[in-house]
Amino acid sequence: MPSTEELKDTATQVRRDILRMIHAVNSGHPGGSLGSADFITALYFEIMKHQPQPFNMDGTNEDLFFLSNGHLSALLYSVLARCGYFPVSELATFRKLNTRLQGHPTTHDGLPGIRIASGSLGQGLSVAIGAALAKKLNNDDRIVYTLHGDGELQEGQIWEAMMYAAANKVDNLIATVDYNGKQIDGPVDKVLSLGNLKAKWEAFGWDVLECNGNDMQELVSCLKIAKQHTKKHKPVVILMKTEMGQGVDFMMGTHKWHGSAPNDEQLAKALAQLEETLGDY
Amino acid sequence: MIKKYTNSGSNDTRSGFGEGLLEAGRRNPNVVALCADLIGSLKMDAFVNEFPERFFQTGIAEANMIGISAGLTIGGKIPFAGTFANFATGRVYDQIRQSVAYSEKNVKICASHAGLTLGEDGATHQILEDIGLMKMLPGMCVINPCDFNQTKAATIAIAEYEGPVYLRFGRPKVPNFTPADQKFEIGKALHLNEGSDVSIFATGHLVWHAIEAGEILAEKGISAEIINIHTIKPIDKKAILDSVNKTKCVVTAEEHQMNGGLGDSIAQLLSLQLPTPMEMVAVNDSFGESGTPEQLMEKYGLTTNAIVEAALKVFNRKH
Repeated sequence: MPSTEELKDTATQVRRDILRMIHAVNSGHPGGSLGSADFITALYFEIMKHQPQPFNMDGTNEDLFFLSNGHLSALLYSVLARCGYFPVSELATFRKLNTRLQGHPTTHDGLPGIRIASGSLGQGLSVAIGAALAKKLNNDDRIVYTLHGDGELQEGQIWEAMMYAAANKVDNLIATVDYNGKQIDGPVDKVLSLGNLKAKWEAFGWDVLECNGNDMQELVSCLKIAKQHTKKHKPVVILMKTEMGQGVDFMMGTHKWHGSAPNDEQLAKALAQLEETLGDY
Repeated sequence: MIKKYTNSGSNDTRSGFGEGLLEAGRRNPNVVALCADLIGSLKMDAFVNEFPERFFQTGIAEANMIGISAGLTIGGKIPFAGTFANFATGRVYDQIRQSVAYSEKNVKICASHAGLTLGEDGATHQILEDIGLMKMLPGMCVINPCDFNQTKAATIAIAEYEGPVYLRFGRPKVPNFTPADQKFEIGKALHLNEGSDVSIFATGHLVWHAIEAGEILAEKGISAEIINIHTIKPIDKKAILDSVNKTKCVVTAEEHQMNGGLGDSIAQLLSLQLPTPMEMVAVNDSFGESGTPEQLMEKYGLTTNAIVEAALKVFNRKH
C-alpha cells in the first residue's frame, strides 16, 4: 500500500497531467478535476480492489467506480493511465480527433477503465445502483463507488436514485460528492442552493460521512471508514469538502476555471507549483 | 386468391409480452425485469411472482429505471425495463441516449400502451412519436410486433440478442393470427401474402388491417403483396426492394406519426434506391384525444378502408 506521501506525489503528477492535457487542446474542465484529484488518486491507488489489465467490463469481484460528473474526464484518464489501464502516452490524444479519450468518458471507443458514458449530468448514481444490484445477484461482495458534482445534484434523477437506494437497502454503494460549492454560473448557493445537503441525504435514508477532500490522510481514513459502513442496510455517501482548482493558487477560490483552459503563460505558472513526481507523459 | 388468416381469439399484445418475459426468465437466469409502477398494466405479474429476486420495482421514476437497467448489464444481467411507451421514450430520451445507446448496453426497453389504441386516457399518454425517437439512436433495434403470439416470440428473441432494443406493444385486444410456435427473427420481414399490383408494408396493430384490406382489394381485382415489417430498425431492405421491384407501388400502414415512422423509413430507402409512388397510412402531424380505440382509429384514418383507399390511389398513380 502506498504511503500518504506517495499518494500525494501521485496526485501532484495527476494535476500536472490534467493541466497539460487541457492546455494542449485549449478545452476541458480543470477546476473540478484539480479539486477531486486527491479523491480519485486515493480511490484507485489505495482504496479499490481493481484490475487494470485485462480490463473486464463486468468487473466481477472488482470494486467499481462511476464518474457521474463526466466533465472531470481529464482527471479520470490521468489516474486510469497512471495505474495501468492504458499507456500514459495516450493522454496526449485527449479530446483530439479519433481519440479513445473523448471529451467526456465513453465506452464507445473501447477505452479500458470506462464502463458507462457520462457527461449529461445526473445519471451515474442510477447506473451505480444497477451495478450494485448486479453484484448482489452475483454474490459478488465488492463495492461500487461514484463521484458527483454538488451542482450536479440539481438534476432530478439524482433524487430518484437516492430514494431508490435507501428504500431498497443498496448497501454495497458509496456515493461521493465533490462539495466545492461552485458551478459554471457561479456559487451553488446563488445558482440554486442545495440548502442543508447533509440533512437532505440523511432525510433520504443515507448514512452520511463528511471529510476534507483535499487532505490526503483524512480522505483515505474517511474512505476506509466508509467501507466499514457498507453492508449495514443503508447506502453510504461522503460529502467531500474540496476547493475547485486545488493546487494552483490562481485557480482556487473562483468558479472561473470550471471549464476554461490555461494559456501558455498560465500553464507555466501552474506547473511551477506542481512538482513533476512521476514523469510527464 | 388471397391467403386466409384466422383470428385464433383476440388478445392483447402486452399479455404476449408478459408470457414472453416469463419464458425468457425461465430460459436464462440473467434475465431481470424492472417496472415503474405498472406491473399489472404490462402483465409482468407472472415474472414478478416466479422470480421476485430478479424483479426491481422502481416506483414512478423512469429515468432512474433506465439508469439502473444500464448498470445491471455491468455484471451480465439482461434487463427488461417496462412502462408505458410515452414514459419509456420521450420522458427518458437522454437517459436512453447516453446510458444505454451510446454506452452500448444490453437493455431491453419494453413499451406498452403505444399509440392511439390506448384510448380514453387521451393524448398525454398516446405517444405517436416513439418509433421515430428510438430509431434515430445509433445501434438501437426497434421492434413493433403485430399480435399476441408475435409479441411473445419477439420478447423471447430479444433476450437472446446482444444490444439495446426498443420493443413496442399495446393495450387493446386485437386479432391473434400468427403461429403460436413461430420463431421470431429480428430484422426479417414476413410475407403474409404474395401479390403483384401493390406492396402493403404494415407494422403492429395495422398488420391485421392490411390483411383485411388485401381481401377487399382482391375482390376489386387488385393483387396486394402484404408484408409485416415487425422490425423497423434494422429494416429488411432486401424484402422491401424485392417486393417493390415487382409491384412498383407502395402503401405503408402504422399506428404512429407519419414523421419518423415506418413509412418514413421505407420512403428514405426507396427515394435513395428505387423511387416509387407511395402512400402512407399514419397519423398526420397531430396529437390524439380521448375516445375508444375503434373511434380513434376511425377518426385518425388508421383503418382497413384507409389502406384500401391508399392502395387504389397509389395503384392509379403508377399508371
